[in-house]
Amino acid sequence: MSIHSPAPDWFQMPHGHERLWIGLALVWCLIMFAMMPFWHFKGKQNSTGESYSVTPAEFTERAEKFAQTNKVSEHNGIPVAEPPPGGDAYLLARMWSWYPVLKLRKGETYRLHISSADLQHGFSLQPINMNFQVMPGYDHVLTITPTHTGEFTIVCNEFCGIGHHAMIGKIFVE
Amino acid sequence: MSDLKPGMRRCDTTGLPVCLDAQAFIKLNAVMAVVYLLVGAIAALLLVLTRWPAVHLLDTAWFYRILTLHGINMLIFWILFFEVAVLYFACTTLLNTKLFSRKLAWVSFGLMVVGSVMTDYTIFMGKADVMMTSYLPLLAHPLFYLGIILVAVGTLVGVGNFFGTLYVAKRDKNYEGSMPLVTFGAMTAAIIAVLALLHGAIALVPTFTFSLGLTPEPDPMWYRLIWWGLGHQSQQVNVAAMVSIWYLISYLTTGAKPINEFVSRAAFLLYILFINLASAHHLLVDPGVGAGWKIWNTSYAMYLAVLASLIHGFTVPAGMEIGMRIRGYGRGLFGWLWNAPWKNPAFSGFFLSLVIFGFIGGITGVTLGTQQINILAHNTMRIPGHFHATVVGGTTLSFMAVTYYVVPLFFQRDYPMKWLARLQPYIFAIGIVMVSLGMSFAGTNGVARRTWDIDAAGIYGSTAHLMLGIMGVGGVLAFTGLLIYILLTVWAVFFGESNKGRAIFDWGTPPIVASQAEAEAAEAEASAGRAPGTMVLVMILLISFVVYYFANWKALADLWWVR
Ligand SMILES: [Cu+2]
Repeated sequence: MSIHSPAPDWFQMPHGHERLWIGLALVWCLIMFAMMPFWHFKGKQNSTGESYSVTPAEFTERAEKFAQTNKVSEHNGIPVAEPPPGGDAYLLARMWSWYPVLKLRKGETYRLHISSADLQHGFSLQPINMNFQVMPGYDHVLTITPTHTGEFTIVCNEFCGIGHHAMIGKIFVE
Repeated sequence: MSDLKPGMRRCDTTGLPVCLDAQAFIKLNAVMAVVYLLVGAIAALLLVLTRWPAVHLLDTAWFYRILTLHGINMLIFWILFFEVAVLYFACTTLLNTKLFSRKLAWVSFGLMVVGSVMTDYTIFMGKADVMMTSYLPLLAHPLFYLGIILVAVGTLVGVGNFFGTLYVAKRDKNYEGSMPLVTFGAMTAAIIAVLALLHGAIALVPTFTFSLGLTPEPDPMWYRLIWWGLGHQSQQVNVAAMVSIWYLISYLTTGAKPINEFVSRAAFLLYILFINLASAHHLLVDPGVGAGWKIWNTSYAMYLAVLASLIHGFTVPAGMEIGMRIRGYGRGLFGWLWNAPWKNPAFSGFFLSLVIFGFIGGITGVTLGTQQINILAHNTMRIPGHFHATVVGGTTLSFMAVTYYVVPLFFQRDYPMKWLARLQPYIFAIGIVMVSLGMSFAGTNGVARRTWDIDAAGIYGSTAHLMLGIMGVGGVLAFTGLLIYILLTVWAVFFGESNKGRAIFDWGTPPIVASQAEAEAAEAEASAGRAPGTMVLVMILLISFVVYYFANWKALADLWWVR
């Protein structure tokens, strides 16, 4: 009688089907709980949140220096930079572009630094669908290893103003 | 039941006492809620007709403006006004008590109306195209923040009035023993609301003063953390209010009996205890917060709250199964379900809300909130796909369902066109399921949320377009269902036939057909804790959950390696 006060002896332990279900549900919650630490140690895809404090101006300068020293060609007027395998790569998000275009090698590992010069942006790598938050003031470091070759598109998936949908970047993997 | 106090009337249908002050404010808050529901719904229609690529209705600026309007009106205004009405009902009628303070109720209502009008005005003027979340350093006009702060303060005053009434009821011994389960559920919603609104103040007050140029800019990461203390917990308020309504409607329509009061109450308590840090699951792919923090906060906090929902997912249908069996509908595993009052819009709305919330909202939500799986889903359409199942298919549908009792009982008016009202929950539910699934699968195809155009990226194939089309058609259908609800309700409130002095129109309640012996046998089964039909249903839920969850881990394993 959900709308009346219950009988005085309402404090009773669950029994029957209800107890069975609570047991099953609890076990399932524990399995889900265990999956995250398990994947953290055994899985290859983890968001560790590694980041360093940086001002937008500092980061912009680093990204420009990186693009100039590692420039191998141009793509639609934006420099294409190829970082050394195992080394650092920089990606600057700002309204409404990604700078520079990156050229990576399959199977090599890179420390990819991502930050924003203005608002919050979203790094969404398509078509493989990997998504990370990009924040001004935070140098977000992703230690990535591409496992597919081809042309990949970076879509901004955090609202950053009128031209947001046109904020498209590229990563080429050989 | 004790004698009627002055300022109260007895309900002609249920015999329950109704406080006239509370009744007036239940009406006022419910009417404002429905006004904002309509504003949000018109916005929703414009949005689906824009994101449906074949139609692509609005221009860029208006799309983002309307998207901001939609989120704020639906998630804050519609739901908060309705929840204040639910709170006033749960603390007065069910406890046979008068509302604590008429003045506080006016203050609360006034602040909420002024604040909500201020915010909507700012959005319409194009001064606040910042989305629901208004992530810094994206900045809106100060009036936008001030409006939301006023709504929050107004709601807090209303919640205070609720607690005052609980106190008076206890002091004057207006009820015997423990408070009813529905009131208990409403109380958990109110407690979580206080926690949520305090987070809202911590996030928005410095943002407001920053927008005035008085204080330095709050750190954007700090803002995200605190903002989600509001954003997530406020959704837990909806869940607690929705579950209370499930208990209420299942009792009114099928005579449901909680299988174990202690279990149902403990599950509500889990919501309060373990939701506080679950806002972490909005920051799973953010910089600045480490993996240990992410795993810890999405595990201990979230899974115990999930456990609570899994428990309610059993106890609500089980209570209904028991109620129906005691009435004599005990044939086979599902006789109680087939014979349920499917032509009663309150019942069908409630049951569809339960199913959509559990099967689509619950399963997708827990999966998205898994630390690593979030890499696949963050800020894609999978996120709105999830919360349109929980907040719209779950909460909004349950609020609509309870209206079919609120209007006859509190406004004392009958609904016109009963046949259309009977269809309404089905139309709305089918529409919102299509919206939710269309969004979810578009998101799996990489389509971003909060984006005006997907074709600018030049990468989306026919599957993504098809899914957005399904979302579009579903959106039109859901809007139709919602419009029927609003038109019928407004008609009933203003022009409906008065039912004063007689019992309300019976939407369909299964009559008691059990003999004394049958009813006793069913009671005995129930006290042995048996609800076999429900047990089968929840096992189907669990299996679907496990399959979906591990399918996501498998998809995750195909991604680039990342640390
Ligand atoms: Cu952007």
